Amino acid sequence: MSETVISAKDVTRTFMISAGAFKGKKPLHAVNGVSLEVERGEVLALVGESGCGKTTFAKMLLGLLPPTQGTIEFGGKPVADVERLTLAKMVQPIFQDPYSSLNPRKSIGSIITLPLKVQNDPNPATWRRRAEEMMELVGLPPRLFENFPNQLSGGQRQRVAIARALINRPEVVICDEPTSALDVSVQSQILNLLQDLRKELNLTYIVISHNLAVVEHIATRVAVMYLGRIVEQKDTESLFDNPEHPYTKALLESVLTPDPSLDVPDTHLGAAYPNPVDPPSGCTFNPRCARVMDHCSVIEPKKIPSGKGFVQCHLYDENEGRGRAAS
Amino acid sequence: MAERILEVENLTVDIPVGGGMLHAVQGISFHVDKGETLCIVGESGCGKSLTSLAVMDLLPKKAIRGANKLELGGEDILNAGERRMSDIRGNTMGMIFQEPMTSLNPAYTIGNQMEEALKRHRKVSTREARDRAIYLLEKVGITAAESRLSQYPHQLSGGLRQRVMIAMTLMCGPNLIIADEPTTALDVTIQAQILLLLAELQREFEMGLILITHDLGVVARIADRVAVMYAGQVVEQGTADQVFNRPTHPYTQGLLDCIPIPGKTERNKPLGSIPGIVPSLVGPFHACHFAERCQYAFDDCVKGDIDMRPAVEDGHEYRCLLDPETCRANAQKRGVA
Ligand SMILES: Nc1ncnc2c1ncn2[C@@H]1O[C@H](COP(=O)(O)OP(=O)(O)OP(=O)(O)O)[C@@H](O)[C@H]1O
Ligand SMILES: Nc1ncnc2c1ncn2[C@@H]1O[C@H](COP(=O)(O)OP(=O)(O)OP(=O)(O)O)[C@@H](O)[C@H]1O
Ligand code: SF4
Ligand code: SF4
Ligand SMILES: [Mg+2]
Ligand SMILES: [Mg+2]
Repeated sequence: MSETVISAKDVTRTFMISAGAFKGKKPLHAVNGVSLEVERGEVLALVGESGCGKTTFAKMLLGLLPPTQGTIEFGGKPVADVERLTLAKMVQPIFQDPYSSLNPRKSIGSIITLPLKVQNDPNPATWRRRAEEMMELVGLPPRLFENFPNQLSGGQRQRVAIARALINRPEVVICDEPTSALDVSVQSQILNLLQDLRKELNLTYIVISHNLAVVEHIATRVAVMYLGRIVEQKDTESLFDNPEHPYTKALLESVLTPDPSLDVPDTHLGAAYPNPVDPPSGCTFNPRCARVMDHCSVIEPKKIPSGKGFVQCHLYDENEGRGRAAS
Repeated sequence: MAERILEVENLTVDIPVGGGMLHAVQGISFHVDKGETLCIVGESGCGKSLTSLAVMDLLPKKAIRGANKLELGGEDILNAGERRMSDIRGNTMGMIFQEPMTSLNPAYTIGNQMEEALKRHRKVSTREARDRAIYLLEKVGITAAESRLSQYPHQLSGGLRQRVMIAMTLMCGPNLIIADEPTTALDVTIQAQILLLLAELQREFEMGLILITHDLGVVARIADRVAVMYAGQVVEQGTADQVFNRPTHPYTQGLLDCIPIPGKTERNKPLGSIPGIVPSLVGPFHACHFAERCQYAFDDCVKGDIDMRPAVEDGHEYRCLLDPETCRANAQKRGVA
């Protein structure tokens, strides 16, 4: 029954960045050979440390940044061939910071109706009504239509961003850290809202988040990224109940549940995040891996199928891993 | 009895604003003992940072501070002059801020700044200051410490900068560290490392630590005692065990109900929420600050100021008209106790 909405094949995005004075430029592979299919109605989460390429990947899905290599298809059509406006109608972003993502000089009403204007929607007479309906749907009092962003709370601003993203009834919504700038009481409201809207409007979400407790709560599938690659991808249940990749395990250990009988965990991720311009050889996680083996710094691990997804680590590779590891 | 490092009684901060007087901090009392970690937790704007700035006498100029008592190691610092305070700051009382670049000067090397931090308060040679800087950089887990001394702040990653900040704060061997959201800007992985480090150093040097954060996970893991703030007041205070396992104030209960807890909150089910927003603190306000958002509110809640009162156990107190038994029953009904 599943239907693929987005399909990314071997997508790479390289930035040429200055390696220091007089040293010329070096390539930085922000996204490095990512393949991913997004099914209609699912909530796919992208998680990983700062700089691992989540936002860069999201920007490519939004058509805001062309891939250096690989293809992205929407409903079977290459994104490169889809009209910019048509694409904007299908995929919409919600960004992290509700403070800077709204134009302070525009009224709430004109912010929410802007996508209709951009799309040259043929019925301007209906815009206000539609915006007010959308405001109601996201829990904003329609009387705020004429107000300005600085008169709204953080949670209300994020609701404005959500209303703006949804006014054109997109199929896919990409949420880049949708709640990390918000207080917990507001965060829970927004998460509940996103869940309700998903059911009501049959939306597909791609959620980018640092907060694994949030991801576990709302995602149906999770892709763990490290240095531009997806190192493990599973349905939420298996990923959280039975993480395989040592990096995923370390990430899960660093989740601080509010349990006063526990201490701050030592995740053994001692070594710092590597320099992306000069990534480690073999498995790029090897300098920080608690279970590193001799050949890890030499041979790049392959994707090993696991459950409904995969893990990319020698521990699970029959041949290169010197036998399958007990987990 | 443990040695008391900081004693704060009835601290207030008022700030004149366009529409009148903003009563940002309204009579806060707490204390920190040697080797103890007090976490101050609460939502954005509840007055956490102003509370810590008031203790350090670093409030914005127009802000007005008041208190019945403000003592550091037995010394009255409420009436201490600026000269005495600047001798105390960075010496017996260290500070760590959310954004390390607010305390690191981009124009000077790490070594320069760390040495200066010690030489400002102690008569030591550059050599001695340098040795201590290397020792502390190693302590906070920075490898090749010596080579870092000649680097500038912008040459370090966010996590490294925060470590340098911590090391710098330790230069004079303070009795008390006040850390305002020291890990909020960092990745979860680095956040855990930095917190672990702070907790270890604090134990090793037997310092008092005030950690300000809005992350309940962090608080639960690191606090000895917790003060929950709401709209300028402490609404609940107790040990971490008391506050997290027997939350008494309706606001604390609401907060705990809002966060998804792995292994406890059912995946995909709606989370608890606290509808409404924080009240304005401009002008007089004589009612329970949480009344507008409280599901248990009744008439008396808005008829006057609400006082702190003891909960069932020693050292656990809260600010609500409901009696402890009713609060306990509510917590159980909400699944947060
Ligand atoms: N326009 C650009 N020019 C050069 N480098 C870039 C550019 N955009 C991103 N990068 C680099 O690409 C890498 C991936 O960045 P990206 O913003 O995608 O990370 P992220 O996973 O979203 O991180 P965060 O969690 O901090 O938002 C980083 O090393 C970043 O510095
Ligand atoms: N210089 C100032 N002038 C006017 N109002 C101020 C000033 N500084 C803080 N406030 C106000 O005082 C209140 C408390 O601010 P404070 O910075 O202590 O909050 P906080 O609890 O630290 O919040 P956050 O979690 O966002 O850091 C807020 O309403 C804030 O807007
Ligand atoms: S391949 Fe080796 S270094 Fe990489 S994650 Fe697996 S065990 Fe660790
Ligand atoms: S005093 Fe009343 S309004 Fe305030 S928290 Fe208690 S029950 Fe709720
Ligand atoms: Mg990003
Ligand atoms: Mg603050």
